[in-house]
Amino acid sequence: MYDFGPLVNSITSWLDTTFSPFWAGLISMVLLGLVLLAFYAVLGLYLVYAERKICARMQNRLGPNRVGPGGVFQTIADLIKLLMKELIFIRNADSFLFNIAPFIVIVASIMAIGSIPFAKGLQAIDLNIGVLYILAISSMGVIGVLIAGWASNSKYSVIGAMRSGAQVISYELSVGLALLCIIAYAGSMQFSEIIASQEDGWWIFKGHIPAWIAFVIYLVAGTAETNRGPFDLAEAESELTAGFHTEYSGIKFAFFFLAEYMNMFIIAAIATTLFLGGWLPFHIWHFDAFNKVMDYIPPVFWFFGKTAFVIYLMMWFKWTFPRLRIDQLLALEWKYLLPINLMNLILISFLILMQWHF
Amino acid sequence: MESYSLLTFFLTAALLVGGAILFSHYAAPHSVNAAKSEPYECGIPTEGPTWIQFHVGYYLFAIIYLIFDVETVFIYPWAVVMREIGLTAFVEILIFFTVLGLGLLYAWKKKALIWE
Repeated sequence: MYDFGPLVNSITSWLDTTFSPFWAGLISMVLLGLVLLAFYAVLGLYLVYAERKICARMQNRLGPNRVGPGGVFQTIADLIKLLMKELIFIRNADSFLFNIAPFIVIVASIMAIGSIPFAKGLQAIDLNIGVLYILAISSMGVIGVLIAGWASNSKYSVIGAMRSGAQVISYELSVGLALLCIIAYAGSMQFSEIIASQEDGWWIFKGHIPAWIAFVIYLVAGTAETNRGPFDLAEAESELTAGFHTEYSGIKFAFFFLAEYMNMFIIAAIATTLFLGGWLPFHIWHFDAFNKVMDYIPPVFWFFGKTAFVIYLMMWFKWTFPRLRIDQLLALEWKYLLPINLMNLILISFLILMQWHF
Repeated sequence: MESYSLLTFFLTAALLVGGAILFSHYAAPHSVNAAKSEPYECGIPTEGPTWIQFHVGYYLFAIIYLIFDVETVFIYPWAVVMREIGLTAFVEILIFFTVLGLGLLYAWKKKALIWE
């Protein structure tokens, strides 16, 4: 009912018939780029606003409430302010690496967002190795973080970058293994096929307890991978001022900040797609009246609703748990999450073998 | 088409960052002063070199990560065809994980997983 495929196809065919192949390709590329850019900017700004409001609510404050009704334009004002701030350059820094780092961080997050399915037909690329692609691209971000910290030639930055590197690469294993559980269930790495396999129930319901374990592990590891609290050792404000981006100012700092929020969105969107059924509505088995009502809510709302729920969980973690020490952090990954994950994967393959899932 | 989309994403990101930095470069005020271009260290002058050989613990974890990450890459194709192959795939992954688990246990016993 709410399929975006015909709309996209009609735009593509209109371009193909009106212009020569070269111009049609170029215009569709520009359109795609503009849509992506607008989406990225709006989402980034409002995630920052949401975080500030939710954090304020949890600390019994009001949060931003001056610019616009309820402070909704606060982050836009902040962005304009950051654009007009001086870009300070550190004398002993490595200038090439110092400038290239924000590019790497933003490129990694934008390229990952491109392959997320927002609704039926509303997906820029549907790669047959979608999950692997997202994992590969989003792990490029840590290179940017390491480069940023190292090139700044500041003690805080180097310590922050090293911690961040150790943390992100450790938790990437758990993210990958938790997603492997769902890949084994669905038998595909393509996002559209994974969603199609959940039409009769989301994997978190169909997959029994192992899917729940995988979901919890994924949430913990995903929070750690985005360098967010309680795993925010890389930018622990009270000990490292701002970690790897201490020396960045103005809009360059804003890009690191933006990338953190977009990575959080990517993690939440993958959790939604693989565990919570993507843009599929919530259905109760053989309760047709209820299912029909749910079908009337457009898939885009389902997708963003579920994603917002996962993002809210991650914000909740950040503002309730105290920060971990680095030895606790690494012990949690290598001594708990990784062995549990391996056991879980064996359990899941046993369930698939015996056909004990729905 | 797919490669064009990927190229579009890359160019969009590069143009966004490049454009914003270029705009900020011209729009923002500039001033030069000796203290401003020092690394931030709460007001005291920075001591000694920053680019030193770092704590070996980080490298140790990076090496263990490398081993396990390469192993994970082997599991991806397995996960896709698990359902079709059935029992053979299950036995194979048991053997594979036994070897992998022994490796983890070895690192554990050698105290490579303890941060010091």
